[in-house]
Amino acid sequence: MTATKHPNSLKRKTRLGEKLIQAFFFFCGFVSIFTTLGIVVALGSQALRFFGEPSINPIELITTTNWSPNIGEIGIWSLVTSTLITTFLALLVAIPLGLAAAIYLSEYATPKVRNTLKPILEILAGVPTVVYGYFALTFMTPLLRLIFGSDVVKIYNMASAGLVCGVMIIPLICSMSEDALRAVPRSLREGSFGLGATKLETSLRVVLPAALSGVIAAIVVGTSRAIGETMIMATAAGAGPNFTFNPFESAETMAGHIVRISGGDVDYNSIDYTSIFIVGLTLFLMTLALNFLSRYFVNKYREVYE
Amino acid sequence: MQSNIISRKRNAKIGQAIMFASTAFALIALVALLLNVLNRSFGNVIVRREIEPSVLSPTPLEQLSRDELNALVKRIADSDDYDGLTRGAYRRLDSEKPFAERSQAEILTVINERLIKEEVVASFTLWQTLFEPASVNAELAKLNNARKAGMPEARVEFRSWVNARFFTQTMGSVAELSGIRTAILGSLAVIAMTMAIALPIGVGAAIYLEEYAKKNRLNDLIQTNITNLAGVPSIIYGMLGLFVFVRALESFTSGAVFGIAGNNGRTILSAGLTMALLVLPIIIINAQEAIRAVPNSLRQASYGLGATQWETIRDHVMPAALPGILTGTILAMSRAMGETAPMVVVGASTFIVSDPTGPFSKFTTLPIQIYNWTAQPDEQFRNIAAAAILVLLIILLSLNMIAILLRNKMRNTN
Repeated sequence: MTATKHPNSLKRKTRLGEKLIQAFFFFCGFVSIFTTLGIVVALGSQALRFFGEPSINPIELITTTNWSPNIGEIGIWSLVTSTLITTFLALLVAIPLGLAAAIYLSEYATPKVRNTLKPILEILAGVPTVVYGYFALTFMTPLLRLIFGSDVVKIYNMASAGLVCGVMIIPLICSMSEDALRAVPRSLREGSFGLGATKLETSLRVVLPAALSGVIAAIVVGTSRAIGETMIMATAAGAGPNFTFNPFESAETMAGHIVRISGGDVDYNSIDYTSIFIVGLTLFLMTLALNFLSRYFVNKYREVYE
Repeated sequence: MQSNIISRKRNAKIGQAIMFASTAFALIALVALLLNVLNRSFGNVIVRREIEPSVLSPTPLEQLSRDELNALVKRIADSDDYDGLTRGAYRRLDSEKPFAERSQAEILTVINERLIKEEVVASFTLWQTLFEPASVNAELAKLNNARKAGMPEARVEFRSWVNARFFTQTMGSVAELSGIRTAILGSLAVIAMTMAIALPIGVGAAIYLEEYAKKNRLNDLIQTNITNLAGVPSIIYGMLGLFVFVRALESFTSGAVFGIAGNNGRTILSAGLTMALLVLPIIIINAQEAIRAVPNSLRQASYGLGATQWETIRDHVMPAALPGILTGTILAMSRAMGETAPMVVVGASTFIVSDPTGPFSKFTTLPIQIYNWTAQPDEQFRNIAAAAILVLLIILLSLNMIAILLRNKMRNTN
């Protein structure tokens, strides 16, 4: 009996204080799960309330194109198309410029140049979106009106908001792509040079394809950011849903709509209030799908080179 | 064969030029953005005043102390020379709030409203001021020609829209009398609230994930979930805050359970809680990286001396990870400082003139002011929006600079 008792003193003692501290840290980690659940419950419950309204026919959500919920018109397409158009324009700017900048920084720039340019890109990424909104309205819009004529380009238009949004996501696409490009092993480049390829050929035909999944992940994250971008759209793209494919027209995006409706004194029982949650849910699901997609691509390139 | 090599080399040169130009574009965009803001923060204005301040006092009014201003106002009222501030008007104002108790800024406001009646009729950009003075003069001539008899003459003055008054004034219906005092105090209050909530929870979560969590499905889920939350658009957090903090927990966030009546849920507390959830992923991910970078030998040495896990974390891991955690904290602060959309959704007030007094106050923040002023049609509101942007950018730039310095310091010591 005594012989079995003795080694007990070497056993790990359970200390209450240690356990409490660990429990607190676990709770901290779990807060993020609560956040996600909160988002799903908030958006889902209000969306269900919205569809419970007698004047709402859920099928019309995707079969019609007019959005004014207080008179029963719930064609969400007018908000979705404008979001997709601004996103498309943003990517049109950000993909070529962001990618070319990434290739320059990763393949061409000397360490000194890279160390000067990267902080500048970080500053550009740190500028609040409301400032970009001001830039779109007071710089890009007048510029577009000067080029295309002020009778063609409206004061509030999707083109200006989309292009400036593109400038905003250049640093994001650039830094994520650069990480992917730099993860490509040096031996691949040496092999290409050894076969007589120029630096451009090596960059575009060897390094870029090798880093493709990481580059695609960057583009997907950029897309997700452009879709969820709010203040540029609310400031420069226009106030009021409009089903149009003309980028020089004014049309409200999904996020812009949510901000405008909730910014006023909205009655919590009105259909306007519940309707912004169905828009929010659509937005959340779109960005969530894109985030999962980008993770898939990121993991793919990690598997290859790490 | 030879020509092939020449054209390939040429392509390589062109390619390199394109890549460099694309990188330079980011630089150009940043410069254009800054110049655009500077262009509207400074410039000539056309001002109309009923009385020139120099008539009232030889020294500029802003340089006078509170007592000197009081004496001046009293002298003007006693002389009964000016219709705007007669002896009767002075008595009425004094009974509303005794002049002896008014601050310097308040007395200046009285002098301006009653006597000087300054009005900015037109404002010009810095570009127009420097390179197109003819357009400024033409506008001035037009205004003065159209002036009715007895009306004061308008004059051109250079104005920096970022000035002392801009920092001390609350917002108003006239652009040149509006300031960012309430907005800056509101921003500071929201950020203090945000950090008080997010910092302990964020660092705690990072410690859990790096030091305690075993590899199992639940912990994988938490980790994946944090990465996903970092990609959720900020406006969705705003809707979460609106639903949970502003509405569901209204009795708590309005202060009703603490016996503070008369508020709704659109308070600094709601905003801080919402922002805390938004910046949590940033704090967690940065803190995790910092903790992971602490060498394992440090932990093992501590265990070897008989320290418990918590003692090891508290005395050895945390001090070593501190610079990294601070970097993440500063990044989170600058993010919270610039966020607009969730604040609008949670319900920052668009028009508010009183300073925030506590967690249950209504509030506005600097980016919201910028958004509201940008949305105004008046050109002068664009000017003060630009001035507010300048202030915001300077604050954010200094925050980021501190973060970068800290990061470099950390890299050097590791």
